[in-house]
Amino acid sequence: MASASQHRIQKRALKVAHFVGLFLAMSLICIPGLWVVLNSFRPTIEIMAKPPVWIPQDLNLDHYRAMFGGAGEGGVPVLTYFRNSLIVSITSTVIALLVGMAGGYAFARYRFKGKGVMFVALMASRAVPGVALSLPLFIIFGRTGIIDTHFGLILVYVAMNVPFTIWLIDGFFRQVPKELAEAAEIDGCTRWQAFWKVEFPVARSGIASAGIFAFLTSWNEYALASQLTRSTNSKTMPVGLLDFTSQFTLNWGGMCALAVLMIIPALVLTFLVQKHLIAGLTFGGVKG
Amino acid sequence: MAQVQLKNVVKKYGALGVVHAINLDIAEGEFVVLVGPSGCGKSTTLRMVAGLEDITGGEILIGGRVVNDLPPRDRNLAMVFQNYALYPHMTVRENLGFSLKIAKKSQTEIDRAVDEAANILSLTPLLDRKPGALSGGQRQRVAMGRAIVRQPEVFLFDEPLSNLDAKLRTQMRVEIKKLHQRVGSTVIYVTHDQIEAMTLADRIVIMRDGHIIQVGTPLDVFENPVNTFVATFIGSPPMNLLDGTVQGGQVVLTDGTTIPLPPGLPVADGRRVQFGIRADNIMPEGHALPPTPHMAYVDMPVTLTEPLGTETLLYAILAGTEVQAKMLNPRPVSPGETMRFGVALNKCHIFDADTGISLRG
Repeated sequence: MASASQHRIQKRALKVAHFVGLFLAMSLICIPGLWVVLNSFRPTIEIMAKPPVWIPQDLNLDHYRAMFGGAGEGGVPVLTYFRNSLIVSITSTVIALLVGMAGGYAFARYRFKGKGVMFVALMASRAVPGVALSLPLFIIFGRTGIIDTHFGLILVYVAMNVPFTIWLIDGFFRQVPKELAEAAEIDGCTRWQAFWKVEFPVARSGIASAGIFAFLTSWNEYALASQLTRSTNSKTMPVGLLDFTSQFTLNWGGMCALAVLMIIPALVLTFLVQKHLIAGLTFGGVKG
Repeated sequence: MAQVQLKNVVKKYGALGVVHAINLDIAEGEFVVLVGPSGCGKSTTLRMVAGLEDITGGEILIGGRVVNDLPPRDRNLAMVFQNYALYPHMTVRENLGFSLKIAKKSQTEIDRAVDEAANILSLTPLLDRKPGALSGGQRQRVAMGRAIVRQPEVFLFDEPLSNLDAKLRTQMRVEIKKLHQRVGSTVIYVTHDQIEAMTLADRIVIMRDGHIIQVGTPLDVFENPVNTFVATFIGSPPMNLLDGTVQGGQVVLTDGTTIPLPPGLPVADGRRVQFGIRADNIMPEGHALPPTPHMAYVDMPVTLTEPLGTETLLYAILAGTEVQAKMLNPRPVSPGETMRFGVALNKCHIFDADTGISLRG
C-alpha cells in the first residue's frame, strides 16, 4: 500500500514539474509578444516608466489612431506598406511553391545526371547569409533599375525560399509511394492528372507547410528589404517600423502598434493552414 | 477479355539486362501465374505489360494490338499492387469509382458499378471510410474492387497477397479464384509463392534471371520439371536431389548406395547425375505408399520429425544428404531410428549433374 501511494505522489509531482517546465518555456516565448501587444495600447509615458509598470493602468488606441492619422501627427502610410508586404509576400510565396513543387517532385521521382550535386548546391546556397548579399544586390539592382520595386524584392525572396521549398517538398513527395501515381495512370489518368488528382492532394500538407514557411520568411524579412527599398513604392511593413525612429526619439508605442498589425495576418494564415499541417495523410494508402 | 502476347520482349536498364527475349502467349480468359525467386524479372515483365516500364525490345500485344508505346490508360487493364496503392485522401467509394470518374461516366453509372463491386467483395459497410481506417485484408479487397469496377480486358496482380498473414492469404486466394471464375477476364498474376502459383494458375510460367524456364499447367510443372531449379522451386517440401553416377542401370550414390534408374529412362554408364525424388514418393515401408512393380528400398536414419496431423514429415540422411520423406498414418518415430523407406521409381527424376536439365526429355 505504502509503495502504491508513494508511486502516486511521485507521479503527481512529476506532472506538476512537467507543467511548471512547460509554463516557463511558454512564458519565455510568449511574454515578449504579449509585451508588444500591451505596449501598443499603452501611453508612451507608461511604456518608458522606470521602474516599469507591469500591470497596465491605462489602455487606449492612441498609437493606432496616430499611426493612421496624417503625416504631421506621427502617421505612417500603413495601408501602403501593408499592401506592399502582401503583394511581395504572396507573389514570392506562390512562385517559390510552384518552383518548389516542380523541383521537389523532380528530385523525389526522377533520376538524372548531377542530381546529388545539384541538391547539395541548392542547400549550400542557403548557407550564405542573406545580408552578405545585400551590397552586391544593391549594386546590381541599382544598375538594372529594379531597386525600390516590388519585382526586385519578389526576385530576392523567391531566390531565398526556393531551395527550402524544394528541399521540404522533395521530402514530402518521397513519402508518397510512387505506386499511387502508377495506380492512377492505370485507372485512366494522364501523368499530369495523376499528379494533380493523387500525388498533389496526398502531399498537400507538406506543400502547405512549405508555403507558410516561405510566406513568413518574406513577410518578416527586414535586412535585405531595408537595403532594396527606398520609398513607399515598395517599402514593406518591417521596413516601415523604421519610420517610428527619428533623430532623438523612438516612438515605441507606434512601433508596437505596427508590429501588432504585422503579426495579425501571419497568425490568421497559420490558423487557416493549420489543419493541413497535420501529418499522416499518407498513412493507410499502402501497407508498409 | 483479351489475349496477351509477348514476343521477344527485352528489358534492359543501361547495360544490365533484366528480361531476356521472352515469348509468351496468354489465351483469352486464362489465369497465368508468373513465379520465380526475387529478381527473376517477373514483376518487371508485369509492369511492361501494364505500361509502367518501357520495353527495350520486342513486342507486347493485347487483344492483337501492339501496345508497346501506349500509355497505361489506353491499355484497358487493371492492376492490383503489392502495397495496394489506395488513394489515401479518398473514401473507399471514391477509390472504387475513381477510374470511372476519370472516364467521365455519369454519377448514376459510377454509383451502380461501385455498389455492385462493393457487393461482390462485401465492402458495402466500408464505403464511406478512408483507407487508413481499414485492416490489411479490407484494403486488399478495396484494391481488388478498384480493379473490377473498370471491367478491364486484363487483370494484373503484383504479389497482391504477400502483405497478408497466412490465414488471410489463404482466404483471399480463394476469393481471387472465385473472382476469376465470375468475371472470366484474362489474369496475369505475379508471385514468389509457389503454393499461390499452384492453386491459382491455369498455367504457370517459371522465371529465373530474366528467362522463362518452363511453362505448363500446375500439375505438368510439378510432375515434369525441366530442370533441378523447377524441381526444387515447385512443390513443398522441395524435391530431394541426390548426387550419383550411373552404373549398369543403377544410380550409385556417393556412399555406394544403389538405386535403380526409373523405368523407361536409359542413361549411359558413367554419367554423373542427380537423382530427384519428392517426399510424397519416398515413405517408410508399410505407411501407405501404394506398392508398384517399380519399387526400390533404402535404409535411412531419421534425424527429425515434423508431425502435421494427417502426415508426418521425416528428415532422414541418405548418402550424406538430408532427405525429406512423408509418413502417412503416422506413428511416433524417435530421432536416430533407422527405417526402411520405399521409393516409387516411376515417380523419380534424373537430372544431368552439370546442367541440371532433366533427362526425361
